[in-house]
Amino acid sequence: MTERIFYASAGMGPKVQALALVAKDGFSARYDLDRVRGVFSRPQHKLAGESYVGRVLVLDAAKGGVATAWMLHEMKARGVVPAALVLNAVNPIMVQGAALADFTMISGFDVDITSVVPNGAMVEIDPSAEQPFIRII
Amino acid sequence: MRLSQEEEAMRAGELGPAVQWAIDHQIRVGRYLGAKDFVPVNQAHIMADTESLGAAGVEWLEKLATLPATQRHVRIPTITDPRGTDFAAAARLRQQLWMVDLERRAIAAFEALGILMTNTCINYQTIMPPVRGEHCAYGDSGVVIYCNSVCGARSNFEGGPSALSAGLTGRTPRYGYHLDKCRQATLVVDVAWTPRQLNEWGALGGIVGRLTGDYWQVPVLVGIDRVPTSDEMKHFGAALASYGSVALFHIVGVTPEAQRLEDVMPVGQNLRSNAVSESDIRGFIASYAVDKVDLVVFSAPQLSLVEMQQLAKLLDGRRVSIPLLAVTSPQVKPDADRMGLTERIERSGGTVLSGMCFYQSYAREMAEANGWKALATNSAKLTNILGGYGYRPMLMSMEACVDIACTGGKVAS
Repeated sequence: MTERIFYASAGMGPKVQALALVAKDGFSARYDLDRVRGVFSRPQHKLAGESYVGRVLVLDAAKGGVATAWMLHEMKARGVVPAALVLNAVNPIMVQGAALADFTMISGFDVDITSVVPNGAMVEIDPSAEQPFIRII
Repeated sequence: MRLSQEEEAMRAGELGPAVQWAIDHQIRVGRYLGAKDFVPVNQAHIMADTESLGAAGVEWLEKLATLPATQRHVRIPTITDPRGTDFAAAARLRQQLWMVDLERRAIAAFEALGILMTNTCINYQTIMPPVRGEHCAYGDSGVVIYCNSVCGARSNFEGGPSALSAGLTGRTPRYGYHLDKCRQATLVVDVAWTPRQLNEWGALGGIVGRLTGDYWQVPVLVGIDRVPTSDEMKHFGAALASYGSVALFHIVGVTPEAQRLEDVMPVGQNLRSNAVSESDIRGFIASYAVDKVDLVVFSAPQLSLVEMQQLAKLLDGRRVSIPLLAVTSPQVKPDADRMGLTERIERSGGTVLSGMCFYQSYAREMAEANGWKALATNSAKLTNILGGYGYRPMLMSMEACVDIACTGGKVAS
């Protein structure tokens, strides 16, 4: 398979490599997740019932309110946490949460990132590169 | 980011480790989001219920609270969003002791930082509404959208860590809704029917939120045929922020920055336009329907004194036969007590709660402990959130919610 790389406009957190969990849907830790069981719990979410633990979540846009700013830190402390977030569009809350938790996140692409990363693909995220990227391995 | 001399000193740790952490956090956020410098803020408002904080977040706050007083106190008025419990009602809600204990520890830590424990998401109705143009650092998406849109203030969504940072440094990165260029409309919504009930305003907010897509979109509404009340704007804004993650809206002829449509239209651009009809609003409400509910909740946002009066009037002479929770702020509650509203609601079997918000209070654990599965509410914001917590929500008017509470939760066909 041909290696493919997509560059983001911004990123933070450490470099990671993990399996991608992809959907054209939003993300909010409060609205969408059962953070105890580590699964998407909002019935209408396209990933409802799927475990997010250790996966690189490739989703469309940050949704919902402000709770994710604390929740990423809380999820990371318990180890029931995604490996990284890759979003077409962030809101400030995701950035604030990633900054507090030292969590890997990149965002802002010139393509719809959910349409080009296959679900289940092994991907590498490098937020500290001169231009942050996601690479399909 | 360009830093002033004072900001460089903060970064170098000259004002202590709490301020150093805060400015470093703000610089990371500001760089990600393209801020060129900081803007001073007059107020901060922190969302920090312990379900969000978790034990890890509380321990993190407690570490800050052990610093010397001169190094840990906030520099600007800093207030709090609802807590995760009403201590007087925790046992009735079947919240567990560890939740209450975690709340007490978080409160002790916040107080040590000099934070005012207002525990409210309606501070714009009860504490200190911001002035047009005032830069703030508000948590709670409903607070941000109301203050930006209705008051003309300037804030981004500031999650707990960032609002606390703003409290400690007295500033926030200048991006997003602090900038004129981000406050222009990005889509037009033509509303053919002006809602009357609060749940209808929430439904309109939900519909517009779904249309917007992301945080950086600013809808401008045309066609609203009267000046809405503060409670109507509250429910509309809270739902819009919840469904769309939106932080600013304009209503032509109503909100301060949009006296005319041209005031908020970007020059030389044609914006996409969407129409919303009465049937869209009715359809949205009908999409949240169940046969029977286990409880009725008025919350999200907390009830104003006016809403408390409306609820008391609807309950007079009646008796609820399933739990009915009315959640208000610690500022409204004493007035509701003094004016007999609390007594009237509770005489009918309802429960008045103060200083919490239903979805921020371990909603999943409360559902499991009480056997709650389906719920009726007049808050569209609540219907959006609670699905993820395992509830089946129904969106109804306050009047219909009271009717259903008095008839055992069965929904009339």
